[in-house]
Amino acid sequence: MARVLVGVKRVIDYAVKVRVKPDKKGVVTQGVKHSMNPFDEIAVEEAVKLKEKKLASEIIAVSVGPAQSQEVIRTALAMGADRGVHVEVSGDEYELLQPVHVSKILAKLALDEKADLVILGKQAIDDDANQTAQMTAAVLDWPQGTFCNKVEKTDAGLTISREIDGGLETIKTKIPAVLSADLRLNTPRYATLPNIMKAKKKPLKKVTAKDLGVDTTPRIEIISVEDPPVRQAGALVADVDALVAKLKEGGHI
Amino acid sequence: MLRLARVNIQKLDALHSRCFAAVASKKAHEKDIAQGPARQNESFMANIFRGSLVPTQVFPYPDVLTSEQKELTASLIDPFERFFAEVNNAARNDENSKIDDNTLTALWELGAFGIQVPSDFGGLGLNNTQYGRLCEIVGANDLGLGITIGAHQSIGFKGILLFGTPEQKEKYLPKVASEKVYAAFALTEPSSGSDAASIKCRAVKSADGKHYVLNGSKIWISNGGMAEIMTVFAQTEQTDKKTGEKKDKVTAFIVERSFGGVTSGPPEKKMGIKASNTAEVYFEDVKIPIENILGEEGEGFKVAMNILNNGRFGMGATLAGTMKECIKKATEHANNRVQFGQKIKNYGAIQEKLAQMNILQYATESMAFAISQNMDSGSQDYHLEAAISKVYASECAWYVCDEAIQILGGMGFMKETGLERVLRDLRIFRIFEGTNDILRLFVALTGIQYAGSHLKEVQRALKKPTANLGFIFKEASKRAASTVGLGGTDLSPYVIDELQPYAKKTAACIDLFGQTVEELLLKYNKNIVHQQFTLSKLANAAIDIYAMIVTQSRASRATRLNLPTANHELSLTKALTLQASDRALMNLRNATSSYHQELNKEMSLIAQSVCENSGVHTSGVIDLN
Repeated sequence: MARVLVGVKRVIDYAVKVRVKPDKKGVVTQGVKHSMNPFDEIAVEEAVKLKEKKLASEIIAVSVGPAQSQEVIRTALAMGADRGVHVEVSGDEYELLQPVHVSKILAKLALDEKADLVILGKQAIDDDANQTAQMTAAVLDWPQGTFCNKVEKTDAGLTISREIDGGLETIKTKIPAVLSADLRLNTPRYATLPNIMKAKKKPLKKVTAKDLGVDTTPRIEIISVEDPPVRQAGALVADVDALVAKLKEGGHI
Repeated sequence: MLRLARVNIQKLDALHSRCFAAVASKKAHEKDIAQGPARQNESFMANIFRGSLVPTQVFPYPDVLTSEQKELTASLIDPFERFFAEVNNAARNDENSKIDDNTLTALWELGAFGIQVPSDFGGLGLNNTQYGRLCEIVGANDLGLGITIGAHQSIGFKGILLFGTPEQKEKYLPKVASEKVYAAFALTEPSSGSDAASIKCRAVKSADGKHYVLNGSKIWISNGGMAEIMTVFAQTEQTDKKTGEKKDKVTAFIVERSFGGVTSGPPEKKMGIKASNTAEVYFEDVKIPIENILGEEGEGFKVAMNILNNGRFGMGATLAGTMKECIKKATEHANNRVQFGQKIKNYGAIQEKLAQMNILQYATESMAFAISQNMDSGSQDYHLEAAISKVYASECAWYVCDEAIQILGGMGFMKETGLERVLRDLRIFRIFEGTNDILRLFVALTGIQYAGSHLKEVQRALKKPTANLGFIFKEASKRAASTVGLGGTDLSPYVIDELQPYAKKTAACIDLFGQTVEELLLKYNKNIVHQQFTLSKLANAAIDIYAMIVTQSRASRATRLNLPTANHELSLTKALTLQASDRALMNLRNATSSYHQELNKEMSLIAQSVCENSGVHTSGVIDLN
């Protein structure tokens, strides 16, 4: 029976059209719909499945970020996590928070909470870093199983099928371990309304990075955030000859 | 000069109640009239019938949810939407004329059947406003499924929530909230539709007085084929405590299918809302224990009307969601479709349609959440507004869906687009839970009755002029002001600067409204109840006034809060006011004009002649004569 730590990040909802702030120091987040990072939902679902199969004893959902991060912890609790830990990092500092910080926080919590398994989303859809799981494993010096497509419990530990370029790779690992969830690992459930109500009563602990002894001083500075270049308008050409001529003109052939 | 109508209030009242079997008058009003001074009614609409302004329910726009409640509501939206995106399939439900078991199970697990049941009984314990927000999502996705969950909780077991004894709540609420037991509301009978007081189902008390035996049948009962628990209305013999006279009066019962003798017919084949089950229900010697009487014996009519009044607000919210979805489809098409070398969104003909659709959606939503929040803050005076919003929402939704189809052209006519289903589903909303025609009369007559009760008070005061001088003077000056056209109504304190000219237009409508009501009372006296041509014009004016008021209030709120959408909301409000104020003035003028008297008379003659001849009664142009 394992204790599972799951990371859940609050990100701008996937359906929102992201806009750059006028000062070009970031993107507009005020009044914008946020939700749990989709890959983290898959991580939570996997943990809940483990618990339903009696392979996990307790699920702890962790989110690092400002006060609103508690929303996604509540969602994780409504999906089936048992308790939550909110590591508060507010405002300006959060904007410059990097995977290296988060991985140190998660590693510390994994040890404090005596977790046997850390399951994270393979990447967050806002910064697309894809580093936190790997770094967390490194900090803990635990084995890692990234881009999980399938996770099976065996006597010795876990058999994991991973998504790699061109196919699947199967590995075996002992626990404790750090896993990262890929898209096809499972289909996450939505929280039912009665469970959302019940989740309000589940314990949610608030700590700061300082409490955990993790230094979150920014290591980077944002110079500029730019919109992707706008696609140039196309033009119609009369026939193939004209097309070839245009392509030559542009130096494409 | 103080003009007074000598209205025989009691008679008016009696006629009114009989006319409105399906909608009911409010008992409280009847008491007021019988017992003396009218109690202060908080309803904005009721009060404009007597030319007075009571702004508390509409200005400022209500905001009753705590931030915690708002947060909770926000967290419920996502799973609700995901249920519709991932599990439910509205087209399939329509095609199969039923919701499959997996979907129903998921719907139960989602908590959608017990949204307003207190959490102690296994429900979600949400208030009307929160329920309304979820209704919007249901309306946007699947109206047929909406009827299944609406018939269950909005009317099916609502009576137990409103009138149930602690024992009844304990026994039934957990079942219907989360234990997959369906509920239904059984009022309508073959010979009793709008005239609900005329039902024939009969329950006879056993000799030992321990139970009733119910016989009769009900038709068109939503969830009738699957409900285990039903709120059933039947005639019972009641003895008048004063006179000892025996009289039939309606009593409400909680009937379980397991009592025996309850059977139901096959699912009806319908035009729309096919996903929902509609069936006849038969009762044959059903033994109902005496403790299953819902509310007081003989007070079943009141129970029925309160349930319907209480559930009506949800329809506005639901249909606001439906309109949103229709608008989304129409806008997508307008943004992409190219004809004559241009995106069709650039053509005035399309712009006019899209704008109109959005104006109506905004007003419908503004009404729905003004009413739900009035209800949540404990108001009892929301029945007029709820009736208005039901009429308005159902007609606007029909219009919006129809225009969406028009914008999509041939594509809109295709099943694949999903709008034809919505149009079929929408048709019933103008018919059930009080037809719009009956509700219009209800709005007009309930308002007139309230105005009449006030006039009676003025009459009474006049009998002792010295003692009531202040009151009489106030009335006289109010009336003098409105007769010479000064306009007594002032909405300027309630709306933002930019809307002042529009509020003036609305105020003019309210002035004329009060005058028209008084004039009609003077002219027709108690016979006003028979002037249905006129009453529906009055109701239409009332509906337009309420639409103007709630949108002006909501847009003012949006501006004060500096919402990013404030400018757009102001545009919607201005456009609506320009349209609605014009229409309201016209309807009010028509209500008293001799020109319309003549028109009404002709229309009446035409209808008589058509009925006598069972159809069109003209000679064919090329037939042999």
